[in-house]
Amino acid sequence: MTVLIVDYGMGNIASARRAIEECGGRVFVSDDPLGIRDADRIVLPGVSAFPLAMARLREAGWVEALRSAVREDGLPLLGLCLGMQLLADESDEGIRTQGLGLIPGRVERVIPSNSSELVPHVGWNEVHHRNDPLFEGIPSGADFYFVHSYHFVPKDSVSIAATTPYAGELVCAVRQGNVAGVQFHPEKSSRAGFRLLKNFLAL
Amino acid sequence: MLKTRVIPTLLIRDVNLVKGPAFDSWRAIGAPMQSVKVFNRREVDELILLDIAATPAGRGPDIDMVAMLAQECFVPLTVGGGITQLDDIRQLLLVGADKVSINSAAYATPELIRAASEAYGAQCIVAALDYRTHANGQRECYSRCGTVATGRGPVEWAKELENLGAGEIQVTSIERDSMMEGYDLQTIADIAAAVSVPVIASGGAGSYDDMVQAIKVGASAVSAASIYLFTQATPLEAKAHLAAAGIPVRNHVPG
Repeated sequence: MTVLIVDYGMGNIASARRAIEECGGRVFVSDDPLGIRDADRIVLPGVSAFPLAMARLREAGWVEALRSAVREDGLPLLGLCLGMQLLADESDEGIRTQGLGLIPGRVERVIPSNSSELVPHVGWNEVHHRNDPLFEGIPSGADFYFVHSYHFVPKDSVSIAATTPYAGELVCAVRQGNVAGVQFHPEKSSRAGFRLLKNFLAL
Repeated sequence: MLKTRVIPTLLIRDVNLVKGPAFDSWRAIGAPMQSVKVFNRREVDELILLDIAATPAGRGPDIDMVAMLAQECFVPLTVGGGITQLDDIRQLLLVGADKVSINSAAYATPELIRAASEAYGAQCIVAALDYRTHANGQRECYSRCGTVATGRGPVEWAKELENLGAGEIQVTSIERDSMMEGYDLQTIADIAAAVSVPVIASGGAGSYDDMVQAIKVGASAVSAASIYLFTQATPLEAKAHLAAAGIPVRNHVPG
């Protein structure tokens, strides 16, 4: 299983790479969209701000390449953290910016629902899933590691794969066909996270 | 519910002085490597690595060293020490840091925090704030590993760091650090009340109860070093103690 990690110059590439290798994937990191030709799976990582990430993806020609890889070639794609948010139609982070538009929805700032909730949402929180294949073998309510200030609000509730109890109920995993994204960091969530990555490799 | 984080902090000093071929440099970071491996195996909630020699030596982060340590680390990793420019952050993230910690450079160039937050998102930027309490009770922030007085009060500076875009603030009492006599609860409470980003209590934990106290006065996470290095205490036990005190902690997935 060959996994392409999209390198747009800003992500936490090393963390994602090591975790996927631990899970049995053969990883190659590419800053060139032509790399997609050799991939069985695509991982879109992300530690960055939305507008800058989209600008980088656009400059390097990834936007069209990723769209056609998942829509025409049916390649499974997993977005991690910001990588999940990039799947949306648009984001409010900084200046309003268009996303990849692979799963309908928008990205909005996390608004705390009470005074004890802070932004960014940092730390381990429960993930309640809806029996999506990504969560096969993971107990609903297992803790995953989050660190984010914005979140994905899907347009269509059918694409919700999991939620976490913060700021009301945040959507923390989405999937629509072969395109999936998680707001938390499976690559930093020890065993539950590794299980999720293995599930993605097995999709 | 969001869980309270128990975070070991590892201070690294001078390990790069003996850098040579790969094997030598590996040996040079033997001690921190051992600690990273142990904390990784124990699945700690998060780990903070601070290279305290970088700023005094006038150099940037030791990217090779961080790369080697990160190689062994599958838990969330915050790296600090010597960061003065955006490119330092980019490189640290590329080799495996998940967040970066900025201290001295924030006083010299507050704009760095703003620029870093805009480029990488506030959630990636931890501001570290070290302060001393003077004999007259006045508190003052110090930069460059506690050596340079800044004239800034910790509460006022914490608010400014938040406004600049810091996503978390690690608050360390210089006098209490390594003394294992408890955190400076008053200052943690004052800062937590003044900002709306998570505060990481740091400097002085000598018992699990000290950690409970820091959470009760408003810290979102408790960092400690000495207690894990010089006593039998472990982060897992700390969490059991927190849980017994009614503080939510992370469940470990068995297997």
